[in-house]
Amino acid sequence: GSLAGLIDISAHWMTDLKEGVCLAGFWFNHEHCCWKYNTTFTDRDKCPEWKSWSQLILGHGEGAFAYILNYLMYVIWALLFSLLAVLLVKGFAPYACGSGIPEIKTILSGFIIRGYLGKWTLIIKTITLVLAVSSGLSLGKEGPLVHVACCCGNILCHLFTKYRKNEAKRREVLSAAAAAGVSVAFGAPIGGVLFSLEEVSYYFPLKTLWRSFFAALVAAFTLRSINPFGNSRLVLFYVEFHMPWHLLELVPFILLGIFGGLWGAFFIRSNIAWCRRRKTTKLGKYPVLEVFVVTAITAILAFPNEYTRMSTSELISELFNDCGILDSSKLCEYVNDFNSTKGDDLPDRAAGPGVYTAMWQLALALIMKVFITIFTFGMKVPSGLFIPSMAVGAIAGRLLGVAVEQLAYYHHDWAIFSGWCSQGADCITPGLYAMVGAAACLGGVTRMTVSLVVIMFELTGGLEYIVPLMAAAMTSKWVADAIGREGIYDAHIRLNGYPFLEAKEEFSHKTLAMDVMRPRRNDPPLTVITQDSMTVEDVETIINETTYSGYPVVVSRESQRLVGFVLRRDLIISIENARKKQDGIVSTSIIYFTDHSPPLPPSSPSMLKLRSILDLSPFTVTDQTPMEIVVDIFRKLGLRQCLVTHNGKLLGIITKKDVLKHIAQLANQDPDSILFN
Amino acid sequence: GCEFLFPQASTMFARCTRKCASSALLVALLCCILSPPAQASKSSEDIRCKCICPPYRNISGHIYNKNVSQKDCNCLHVVEPMPVPGNDVEAYCLLCECKYEERSTTTIKVIIIIYLSVVGALLLYMAFLVLVDPLIRKPDAYTQPLRNEEENEDARSLAAALTPSGARANTVLERVEGAQQRWKRQVQEQRKTVFDRHKMLS
Repeated sequence: GSLAGLIDISAHWMTDLKEGVCLAGFWFNHEHCCWKYNTTFTDRDKCPEWKSWSQLILGHGEGAFAYILNYLMYVIWALLFSLLAVLLVKGFAPYACGSGIPEIKTILSGFIIRGYLGKWTLIIKTITLVLAVSSGLSLGKEGPLVHVACCCGNILCHLFTKYRKNEAKRREVLSAAAAAGVSVAFGAPIGGVLFSLEEVSYYFPLKTLWRSFFAALVAAFTLRSINPFGNSRLVLFYVEFHMPWHLLELVPFILLGIFGGLWGAFFIRSNIAWCRRRKTTKLGKYPVLEVFVVTAITAILAFPNEYTRMSTSELISELFNDCGILDSSKLCEYVNDFNSTKGDDLPDRAAGPGVYTAMWQLALALIMKVFITIFTFGMKVPSGLFIPSMAVGAIAGRLLGVAVEQLAYYHHDWAIFSGWCSQGADCITPGLYAMVGAAACLGGVTRMTVSLVVIMFELTGGLEYIVPLMAAAMTSKWVADAIGREGIYDAHIRLNGYPFLEAKEEFSHKTLAMDVMRPRRNDPPLTVITQDSMTVEDVETIINETTYSGYPVVVSRESQRLVGFVLRRDLIISIENARKKQDGIVSTSIIYFTDHSPPLPPSSPSMLKLRSILDLSPFTVTDQTPMEIVVDIFRKLGLRQCLVTHNGKLLGIITKKDVLKHIAQLANQDPDSILFN
Repeated sequence: GCEFLFPQASTMFARCTRKCASSALLVALLCCILSPPAQASKSSEDIRCKCICPPYRNISGHIYNKNVSQKDCNCLHVVEPMPVPGNDVEAYCLLCECKYEERSTTTIKVIIIIYLSVVGALLLYMAFLVLVDPLIRKPDAYTQPLRNEEENEDARSLAAALTPSGARANTVLERVEGAQQRWKRQVQEQRKTVFDRHKMLS
């Protein structure tokens, strides 16, 4: 919570720093600088204390030269921020780049990435997140906030022995931390818990449910007490309208869902193609230059259009907002007829000229955002995906909403409208269309369902809108799934080759365990260690010649009956320790894994007992087990390897990577893209 | 299903209930310690009542701010001077919308200054590492091999062999040096995986 408050306040200040400074105290952003001043409607953004850069340098704020100067300062500040961010990431904590959610999913599925959740990563990610967001790049801070929250959780685990030693319990803490991260990003504690359940976690036992909820609540409470936005709200775009919607409006909502699904699939395809190009060609060798160029392009294209100049959260907040009499933005410049105004409810009105200019500016902003986000997500700065996709959806939704509103106004005598929308009534709320569009696009990209709907209605407080949100989310998920199978995070996991076994898909082929196990028919036989007849030198040779992470231990080479499984790491450490500390251990000492030492002639060197590092209960399957069951076992128990026996004798081994390669082979993908050992 | 991951985990689960209670208590205590500072910073807060009044007849729209408490936050107290004559005041005030807002300037100031100082410190440290450190380390012959490390475990055993004998390594400076070398190595490894090979894991 506190970190999120720090990030929010700093990001707001630095975003406004690109445009000007506050003379009353440089730490105030634009809104807080003008807090105390009475202004007129038209000048609601100006106050004597806030000076834009051209006002500071030249003394006046009007004119072409002042505009160019503002433009230049904007671009310079943006470049400075992003360069600083990428240098800090490169210099101190290279793991702090990217979104973080794909890697956290892999960590929660059992894989260990050392250093990914360390304290340097935490510090650098917090600082560079603020810099990256303020530089005007098309990225959000929700995904990185989840990473930051998991780092906090991991660091806290080090303080308690119970969690430090036990990896399984640590993963529960990380699931709860992910929920807390989303809850402060959106001000949605319940949505955060559901997001952790649906997207991030691999195992989610029920006792983690209430603990995650508690963590999310504490985080939200802390953030609220820091009060970053000055009005006790957690998120910038908390809107509160309760206009009813009509059943016929489901048609445009479903259209928005289709748009969201199409955009999601398009974005995932092009982003993965671009990231793959970044990995394989020379583009990847110049990360700093890449960030520089992308920021320059973004800043240069963003400044002229006021809808891209403002920060994306402010844009979304403005788009979600329904126009009342008190709003004076260009989007709300309808032709007002004062005589028929009753109270606060405004009827549908004809659009004034301001609305038309806003419409084409928004359309340009939409095109720009659609394309620039493809290049921005995946760069070597912390980048999140939620806010840009919500922005794309909100712009599309608002455009459609205003179009439908104008249609209803000018053609209120058509059959479809005359039933519910008589003249002078307020029936269409474009803000709602923006909300539904945002939900549709976000769902199309990440393929979230329940958590998305819960987050959206916690954001807006409008329980009446569950049905439109659900309709749009389901439509976009179906459309996107028809085009491409995976969400963006799963696609990135596959791109990076992490050993992540997808828990949601079913394995429906008829192969058996013996088709997948190693060694295959023409390979050399399985490398095993016998339980009491190998010397230290033999074992060390085996360790040096092969790179397996573990070795099965059998009774003897002839019988091949299984005793247990020993890990490479443990073997190395024990042998080293024994050589240093125990006396009499030389290269010809015999290693035994049994309880009682085998009988030996008295002149031989002392023996090394390593039973304590042996895992006596490795998982085994027979060679005729269908792969469907084997995959299920791997998923549910989180195994890394499984031994295969035939008639009680050890035959081979199946590792998680073999399973993944097999699945990839069956799906006609390139099995070599999985993994790097 | 977590018990299957580690055999010893099942015994830990048996002792869970007592330890769960104690750790929950510890966490609650931590929260209580952390929240009063957040509360305390609100004491010197700024408050205002913001009234937005739309255009009315021939009067243009206006925004009024005044430093009043929450019970006085309404149109009559805040809108001064009242632009309409007495009998129109009620109609005008019906159109105006008044909101009470609070903020804490101390919090904002503290956070921004903390943030800028952390960024400054990191920049200084980076400059130190890039510019000053190589100059200091040049006379030390035994750190040279650390530059050309390969990506296997030999580097670690090499570095372990290179640390001076036990007695000298215990001074604070030596320990800091050791920690710094370890951290630099870790960053270098991470950089190699992320930037050069474009894979997240080694």
